[in-house]
Amino acid sequence: MTEMMLKVEDLHARYGAVEVLRGLGFEVPDRSVVVILGANGAGKTTTLRALCNMCTTSGSILLEGEDISRAKTADIVRRGVAHVPQGRGTFPELSVMDNLRIGAYIRRDKEVNADIGRWFEIFPRLEERRDQLAGSLSGGEQQMLAVARALMCRPRLLLLDEPSLGLAPLIIEDLFERFIQLNKETGLTMLLVEQNANLALDMADYAYVIESGEIALHGPADQLKNDPAVQEAYLGA
Amino acid sequence: MEWQWDVLPQFAFNGLREGAVFAAVALALVLIFKATTLINFATGELAMLGAFLMYILNVEQGMWLWLSIVLAMLISAGIGAAVERALVRPFDPDDHLPVVLITLGLFLIVNAVAGDIWDYQLRPVNEPFGTFPSWAPSSQELKEVADGSISCVKVSSGNFVEATAGAADATTCELAGRTYWTILNANVDYRTLGTWVTLAVALAALFMVLGRTKAGLAFRAVSSSAESARLVGVNTGRTLGFGWALASVFGTLGAALVAPSLNGVNPNMMQFILIYALAGAALGGLDSLGGAIIGGIVVGLIKGVVVSWFFVQVMGWAFFSILQLATAFMLILVVLLFRPSGLFGTRRIERV
Repeated sequence: MTEMMLKVEDLHARYGAVEVLRGLGFEVPDRSVVVILGANGAGKTTTLRALCNMCTTSGSILLEGEDISRAKTADIVRRGVAHVPQGRGTFPELSVMDNLRIGAYIRRDKEVNADIGRWFEIFPRLEERRDQLAGSLSGGEQQMLAVARALMCRPRLLLLDEPSLGLAPLIIEDLFERFIQLNKETGLTMLLVEQNANLALDMADYAYVIESGEIALHGPADQLKNDPAVQEAYLGA
Repeated sequence: MEWQWDVLPQFAFNGLREGAVFAAVALALVLIFKATTLINFATGELAMLGAFLMYILNVEQGMWLWLSIVLAMLISAGIGAAVERALVRPFDPDDHLPVVLITLGLFLIVNAVAGDIWDYQLRPVNEPFGTFPSWAPSSQELKEVADGSISCVKVSSGNFVEATAGAADATTCELAGRTYWTILNANVDYRTLGTWVTLAVALAALFMVLGRTKAGLAFRAVSSSAESARLVGVNTGRTLGFGWALASVFGTLGAALVAPSLNGVNPNMMQFILIYALAGAALGGLDSLGGAIIGGIVVGLIKGVVVSWFFVQVMGWAFFSILQLATAFMLILVVLLFRPSGLFGTRRIERV
């Protein structure tokens, strides 16, 4: 049996009186890419927010066997979970360099600058704009910055909330290729939430479909891609 | 109406000196507002407490004045952080009303407790910039070099008497019992220069801390987006405490620098200054540190040049000297009405 990076059972989440997640359960094996598909309002974003304890939740969230459902957001990050939220989560009033530096906030080692250099190699546009304020970058550049910033904390699990949102198709493809590359080269585990099912299913090993806060369907990504229900609902077939 | 150009520089320099103090207190307001979008109405009273700490250490305990000021700033930092931890953090950061009410309550409590301990009377403090430093060239030399528009007269240090505007001769100098430069026929005393230099040094230190240290980076990150900051592992509560500590440092510095001009410390000493500082912070945009500094200085200039010089001296409307504070309120009103983000503030545009 493969090692589980993340195992979620009976996850409930609510905003005030509104229950958004109703007993969600899913698993993310180590070194894999898992995608959660769903329509607007299905609870995709809330799922990721719940993992980082950014909303009121109940249920169990095991990160490598340890329950993190009661841990503080900052401590969950310290345990190796990086979250690229919807809307990118960069710091618009900070320069690109400062955004990357703050990404390494939890680290105490001396390799931070070496890592920044590494992400500049992968995302050369960021190096060109290193002293610009993040708020002045284009959408694609901001998404790259958000990912690079998240990777600066050397996570073991990367949570990506609709990275394709608001980006041009070519840029999305380029971005997803870099995700695949990252996963293949470094073995970084990724949990991705997407509406862009085509690309997400190409990239993922395993997929879940959520509807109204519950898992409606799940299976290996290639299998789901050929599922008539999924094709109709998400692939426009 | 008679334009009294000859005394204008004096009013301008006085305004700039007061402006430096307003800038320090405005900075204290903005440091907290930036991170929490809260106006801390207790800023002035916490600063007053800092000035009393300086008074106790220096006047009562006989500690070296500058060491007392620095120690008072450090203790105030601790008090500021403690206030944040005990009275601000327990509340929902998105609900501002309770916390604003708490800072108002704190204002009243600190003032009343200070009044009970020290009475509402002036307690004279020592002048930090009164005398020539021993390493400076003697006054005679300076006078020969300058010869004319800039001259310097050295007199023995003593108790400060506010030098009257425009009377830049040796007699006033003796009367004031202080050393000053005469520039453009105005007395720029060591207190004015010292206040500027001290503030400049403190600002340089602040921007070093914010720009070069990890805690400073975290503070800027939390100010930019608290949620994103949590997502990179920043402990936002502790970072806000750090912001309160920095704010208290600057409030105390402002209070310590202004105390000699007020002829001493007193529990009510910061109340008017807080209003001017609020006007300065609003003018600067409330969330801009540079804006707070410029705003504070501009308010000082408005008070010195527009109110004291133009309205009172030139127009001869003596009643304006009691309307000074109202002018500050007017300024706050005008800024909030016509340019809510001030001169340098971020205009919030959000995508929904």
